[in-house]
Amino acid sequence: MYYDKTIFELGRKGRVGYSLPKEDFGNYELSDDLKRKEALDLPEVSELEAVRHYTNVSFKNFGIEKGFYPLGSCTMKYNPKINQDMSAIEGFHIHPYQPVNASQGLLELYYETQRILSELSGLDEFTLNPYAGAHGELVGLMIMKKYHHDRGDVKRTKVIVPDSAHGTNPASASVAGFESVEVKSNFDGTVNVEDLKKVLGDDIAGIMMTNPNTLGIFEKDICEIAKLVHDAGGLLYYDGANLNPLLGQVRPGDMGFDIMHINVHKTFSTPHGGGGPGAGPVGVKSYLSEYLPVPRVKKENDHFVLETTNDASIGQISHFYGNIGVIVKTYSFLLSVGKEYFKDISKFSTLNANYIKESLKDYYKLPIESVCKHEFVFDGLKDKSTHVTTLDVAKRLLDYDVHPPTIYFPLIFKESLMIEPVESESKQTIDNFIEIMKTVAKEAIEDPELVKNAPYNTVVKRLDEAEAARNPKVKFKDLQDD
Amino acid sequence: MFKYLPHTSEDIKEMLETIGVSSMDELFREIPEALMNPSYDVPSSHSELELKRRMNELAKKNLELIPFVGAGAYDHYTPSVIRPIIERQEFLTAYTPYQPEISQGTLQYIFEYQSMVTELTGMDVSNASMYDGATATAEAMFMAVATRKKQKVLVSKTINPNILRVLETYAKYRDIELLYIAEKDGLTDLDDLQNQISKDIAGVILQTPNFYGIIEDFSSVKERIEDAKSLFILNQDLASLSVLKTPGSMGVDISVGEAQTLGLPLSYGGPYIGYLATTKKLMRKMPGRICGVTKDKDGKRAFVLTLQAREQHIRRDKANSNICSNQSLLALAVTVYASVMGKTGIKEAQMNSYKATHYLAEQVGKLKNFRKVYQADFFKDVLFETNLDEQVIEDALLKEGILGPLALVKFDPTRKGQLLFSATEKRSKKEIDHLVKVLEVL
Repeated sequence: MYYDKTIFELGRKGRVGYSLPKEDFGNYELSDDLKRKEALDLPEVSELEAVRHYTNVSFKNFGIEKGFYPLGSCTMKYNPKINQDMSAIEGFHIHPYQPVNASQGLLELYYETQRILSELSGLDEFTLNPYAGAHGELVGLMIMKKYHHDRGDVKRTKVIVPDSAHGTNPASASVAGFESVEVKSNFDGTVNVEDLKKVLGDDIAGIMMTNPNTLGIFEKDICEIAKLVHDAGGLLYYDGANLNPLLGQVRPGDMGFDIMHINVHKTFSTPHGGGGPGAGPVGVKSYLSEYLPVPRVKKENDHFVLETTNDASIGQISHFYGNIGVIVKTYSFLLSVGKEYFKDISKFSTLNANYIKESLKDYYKLPIESVCKHEFVFDGLKDKSTHVTTLDVAKRLLDYDVHPPTIYFPLIFKESLMIEPVESESKQTIDNFIEIMKTVAKEAIEDPELVKNAPYNTVVKRLDEAEAARNPKVKFKDLQDD
Repeated sequence: MFKYLPHTSEDIKEMLETIGVSSMDELFREIPEALMNPSYDVPSSHSELELKRRMNELAKKNLELIPFVGAGAYDHYTPSVIRPIIERQEFLTAYTPYQPEISQGTLQYIFEYQSMVTELTGMDVSNASMYDGATATAEAMFMAVATRKKQKVLVSKTINPNILRVLETYAKYRDIELLYIAEKDGLTDLDDLQNQISKDIAGVILQTPNFYGIIEDFSSVKERIEDAKSLFILNQDLASLSVLKTPGSMGVDISVGEAQTLGLPLSYGGPYIGYLATTKKLMRKMPGRICGVTKDKDGKRAFVLTLQAREQHIRRDKANSNICSNQSLLALAVTVYASVMGKTGIKEAQMNSYKATHYLAEQVGKLKNFRKVYQADFFKDVLFETNLDEQVIEDALLKEGILGPLALVKFDPTRKGQLLFSATEKRSKKEIDHLVKVLEVL
């Protein structure tokens, strides 16, 4: 039941798991002074040993196809099988230096994806080069910076980031060479317009927002905020992590955002892959389009071209054209859903979230009563008399075969439990989750120790995380040194 | 009804009742009316059959060619075991292992990946992956600047121009000044490095094999830059380290590069995977995720993300990097590749590529219109110059189903007529002979 080997602990000297053609090129040898001197201690396993090992390792993971995965802010929706099939088509696995005349299919796919994202978001032009959401944020902020600099407006060194924002926002601002200014949120995580007015000035390059915010609340003053920021000479950046409940309903571009990124591994179902590869396409209003990174895919008459240099551009941010294999899956999902169903994604993700919220608010503390979008946040258990924490609740959920919600984020509440149920989950699945959540809340009162010591049914129990940081063992050879 | 959306009208009715609203539209009531219901022009919903038809139609517009180009992306063989393993839903559909008790699978392969990267590089510690080799190099540059608190970085003119362009972009926004070390006979001019090194230099970025395929000897670099307290950053192809001198043996401080060469398909440039490994001393300055070993409360060995205080979700604007999702599933692909290819297979694939490229060079070298540009030994790329027109060559090869060499004039106008060829273990002698035959009659 409990598989506990690493690949380095398997196999025998001399065993192999591969076959290569015999080479007949002749006698070419590396000279000694260029050669590796150390032995190479890599596994010596048969193919079956390797396959069985990784199959057993996989059993120690929880995936979407096993059960409910309401991880807030991560949009863990079903990852359609057809996406995988499409990305495996041989004709998409060409060399990146294949001439454009011989790559028209992929360039067309890239271009069409840009156009669809543009229509859905209300931003005029897109690049698909960024590798992930955080990479998209960085690209967006570089665009913001260059835009101001090119106008001779070099004093704008600060970016406003609400305290409810994802951690990547202030981190990306730093990497782009900005200082972040935090503005406190209202009780519901929305931007406090009065506070915003106080910090706006000629040193502000722009603001980073996600709407709905990380509490799942739509910023209803968004048009006023956009006007204030624009009047002060700043730009608005939209963090697309929470785009799911807006599809077909309302577009960031129409709200006044100038730049945004989309997490295609969230909203458009290309899988998360255990932490990538994703992609973070960036869209801009037309007046910023020349700033987009190169290479850019453009259409000239009926021909698709790659623009590799452009002095106005922020420059190159990836070796080639981004995670194209992921873009193929994005396009596959966009075509599968199509015009008819985008709006249903936003509706059903919102319906599911509100249904859970209303069903559990007698058991968990609901700090914000209003209608939410695709996700919402409880501030821990309603009855905290037994000192059972959000961490304990999360660990107990593991015993019931549910992936826990995001915990301790956003930072606004002490015991945040952030639930995002996504549109692809049925009422039965959600009712089952609600019952489990109620059971755990009851257990927390009746038998708090039971919850505090959870989980019991997992391959490992609670871990000593402090020990891992105090004495880092980060490779197999570190274990042998013990 | 739509296959990804399970709600029946009865479900909807019951759920709305529980929520206490009369319609779905009421759930969007706080959105300003003027913003609602935008018009957007997108294709209509495709059934599986229609989607496949469309995708195959697009795929057919890409010619299937036999590549004789590398220049940063190499056509190595991908063993069949890899795809079914990385497509297991347990790996494919999970997210970042924030709940270690149900993510031991992801955490374990990250640990194994880190073990393989450190074994190949001879470095102390590796992170869990970077986006690609170019951005990994940029992150290494940031590490040097942050550690040494100096804003100048030296970079060799022999590195891949795309990596250089990415470095230039990243440097510009952080006010880092990039200074260039001259190239001489296809090699980094180490005298020029000696002249430019000073206490103001945070780090020195070099690459071997370099853009022209040449294996550079950097064993004296550490000594040359030590007094200036500059960090030695070396970009390498991870698979090449199975046979070439390791960064660990050369005193490299930050070892980075592309790991696509460990069996990842070409995929028109991505997804690939960058690696970043360093010394114990610099471990806490690393970007990205790191997995470590610990015990659970019953004393069992377990894996967990560690040193997270460096990362954006904890440190926000003070984090070492903004990186969050990166290339985890590719780390698994690389790990499976290194497992089945193992101790001897990676070397064999790399040496066969070396031999294929040398055979190609010998044959092309016999042609009257082609001359090898540099004399130093090369690895999987080799540079020739010709008086023939580059476009004529490209077109003639395309006609024969061959993707020819990269014309360097695309990067540098002074390199007109220079062509960068490459061959891997996937190329047969017959294919190379065919290439040579087409070139011969031009």
